Formats: sequence, C-alpha cells, structure tokens
Amino acid sequence: MDWDVILSYLPRYREALLLTLRIGWQGVAFSLLTGVLCAVVIYLRLPVLKTIVGGYIELFRNTPLLVQLFFLYFALPKIGIRISPQVCGTLGLGLLGGAYMAETFRSGLESIAPIQTESAESLGMNRMQVFGYVLLPQAVSRSVPGVVANVIFLLKETSVFSTISLMDLMFTAKDLIGMYAKTIECLTMLVVFYLLMLLPVSLLGSLLERRVRFAEFGD
Amino acid sequence: MSLLEIRHLHKAYGDKTILKDFDLTVEKGDVVVVIGPSGCGKSTFLRCINALEEIQGGEVLIDGEPIRRSAKNISSMRQKVGMVFQSYDLFPHKTILENILLAPLKVQKRNRSEAEAEAMELLERVGLADRRDDFPRQLSGGQKQRVAIVRALIMHPEILLLDEITAALDPEMVREVLDVVMSLAKAGSTMMIVTHEMAFAKAIATRVLFLEKGEIVEESCDAKAFFEHPKTKRAERFLKSFEY
Repeated sequence: MDWDVILSYLPRYREALLLTLRIGWQGVAFSLLTGVLCAVVIYLRLPVLKTIVGGYIELFRNTPLLVQLFFLYFALPKIGIRISPQVCGTLGLGLLGGAYMAETFRSGLESIAPIQTESAESLGMNRMQVFGYVLLPQAVSRSVPGVVANVIFLLKETSVFSTISLMDLMFTAKDLIGMYAKTIECLTMLVVFYLLMLLPVSLLGSLLERRVRFAEFGD
Repeated sequence: MSLLEIRHLHKAYGDKTILKDFDLTVEKGDVVVVIGPSGCGKSTFLRCINALEEIQGGEVLIDGEPIRRSAKNISSMRQKVGMVFQSYDLFPHKTILENILLAPLKVQKRNRSEAEAEAMELLERVGLADRRDDFPRQLSGGQKQRVAIVRALIMHPEILLLDEITAALDPEMVREVLDVVMSLAKAGSTMMIVTHEMAFAKAIATRVLFLEKGEIVEESCDAKAFFEHPKTKRAERFLKSFEY
C-alpha cells in the first residue's frame, strides 16, 4: 500500500464524495416526496391516478437504474429533451426510489388495524382528517426501518452514475486506476469512502428507529 | 321526536343476513342493554347506528334525521353518537390528552384552552388526570378504556354506544370501567350497551334487548324482571349459561 499515493488522491475522492452526496440526497428527498404522494393515491384508491401510479411503480421497480439512466441521458435527447448528467442522476434516483418508498409507505399504512380508522370516524373525522391525523403519522413511524433501508440502497445505487459521466466515487476510482494503475489503493479508498458516506446513515437510522418505536410501541 | 329511531333495519354480508327487519326506539335517558349469544348481531347492530356499517335496508334516525354512510352530513351526525370499542383503540402516537383533544379541536374546531379544561375535568372524573402526558402504551387496559370513554364524552354525544367495553379486560379492571359507566347512567346519559356482564346489565339497564340470530327475541322495560324471570325459553336458556 503506497500511502503517498493515497494522500495525493484524497482531494479527488473528497470532491467525488461531495458530488455523490449532493446528488444522492437530492434523489432521496425527491423519492420521499414521490413515495408519500404515491402511497396516498394508492391508499385512498383515487380513480385514474391509482392506475397511473401503479404503472409507474411497476415500471421503475422492475427495471435497473442503469437502464433508466441510459434512457434519460441517451434516449431523451433524440426526441429533443436534453438534461444535464446531474439532473439525470437526481431524477433517475428519485424515480427509482419513489417506487420503493411508495411500497414501503403503503405497507406501513396497511399494517394499521382498520379499527383505528373506525374509532377516528366515530369521532366525526372525515376521510382526510383520519388519514392526516391518525393513519399517516403511524404509517410513517412504522415505515422508518424500510425507509432507512431504501436510503442506504439508493445511496449505493449512485455507483452507476459513472456511466453517464458523473464524477462520482466509482467514476473517480475507475479513472484513477485507468491512469495510474494503483488498483489496490484506489479500490481500498473507494470502499472507505462509501463507508464514510453510509455508516453515519445506518447509525442515524437505528437511532431514529429506536426513537419512533419508543414513542409509539414501548421499549 | 325520539332521540334514536330505527326502522326496518336490514343488514347482510353478501347473502348472509345479520339483522332482520329491526325496529327500535330509544328515548333520552334510556340505558338499553343488548345481550345475546356471540354472533347474534349485537355488535353489528351498534355499528349500524353510527354508520360504521353499510345497511341494506331500512333507516336509522337520530333526532329525526337519517344517518347515512355516504351522506354529506355524516361527520355532524356521527358527533351525536359516541362509541367506545372493546379494544379501546386509542391513537398510539398521541398522548392521553392529545387523544382526547384531537376530535374537539380538529372536528369541532373548539378553542384549545376551553377544550383542554373540559378534558382535564373529565380525566379528573375518571381518576386519570395525572396521566395526561403519558402514551396509551403506558396505561393498563382499564385505564385505556376509561380514556376512550372520555374521548367519546368530550364530543358531547347525545347517545353513547358501548361495544363490549370490558370484554378484553382483566377481571380486576372490569370494575373500574363499569363504575364510570354507572356514574354516567346516574347522571342521565343515554346509552346502548352490549355486554356479557350480566350483574352489571341488571343493575344499569332501563331496558333490555335479547337478540338471537339477528332478531329481537325478547324486549323488556323491567330489567330486574327480565333477568329473574325471562318470558321466553331462549332467553332463559341463555341466562342459565352464566350460572354455575
């Protein structure tokens, strides 16, 4: 292991980490928003919209992110829609993640006993009040473990960004190996930087899980 | 005009009839106890009154106005009917006080300090004022059920439906809940109670309905007479099953 090499590569990895994080978190935020909206549509069985949402979820859950990115980056320009690699990355991650988040929130909603709805209804609450005050808060806290798993999954999926020439961690490692052939150093640094990015997420996730569980279901 | 009037109520799941051509009139101050073997339709009957169940025929009138599941005024109609369930069903993510205040604040749009004062007064009455900031999971079954009663009462319902509210409780907690219900009856509340606590039923009822297979088999305005000398054989057999 050549430590001088590692030191000299550090700035490039740091840059790549920041880029990965930025696009990663934008994608995650987008996926959370999409996921909640889709779950609401499915749960309330809103006509027409629920069919569209169902199609969207199946399409994005059953195709690889790589293919989705290729579509956004290489196919859309052919019909005149040109978007930057960064926007492609955020969009691709957000759409893929949205499909996963929607399923997580939906199963969270469905895990709540119907009698919760009935006892809220018997107090005179309308459909939206039942949903907003009673079901959604419980569903969100029950979904925390699934959401954390999705976030980690999505942040790892950023490694395919390199294929649309985004200079993320994976791209940087491949680039440096190509130029200087310091394979062991480059790959070790890659592993370390992914861990740097994801370990805090895992730890925060377990803390959050314990917190919401404590508030709701006891210790 | 009667507080509650049920005319020709018909309830079925698919082609299985649950309630057949049901008629009942409840006046203000009545405490109607509904008893009968399990599966006779008593819980379904209560659930039809606040339109938690779709009905296939007949109508339920509260103050002369029909209550219907898909009607525009369902929220205001349901506020006239309080309901307490067997499994308490407090909102687990809210504290005791928030459980009680949710509907008065969001549905009735009441002023917070006024509603909170009433909530505390009611909690005081059921002996749980010191638990206001606890979560439901920190309470015993009996305590949760008393909170559920308070949550229904704060809406000022005209009639309170109690669906086997002690059936899920440990025996030593049954008493504390029944005492609360008894004090409500003494204060003149109108109630319909489905229960298997026969001694309690006898003590509290101003009227008794005995149901079997979705029909009223016996009805009595004298609870004592009904429990000691039922007129029908089926009621007699049912009451016998509680003796040893």
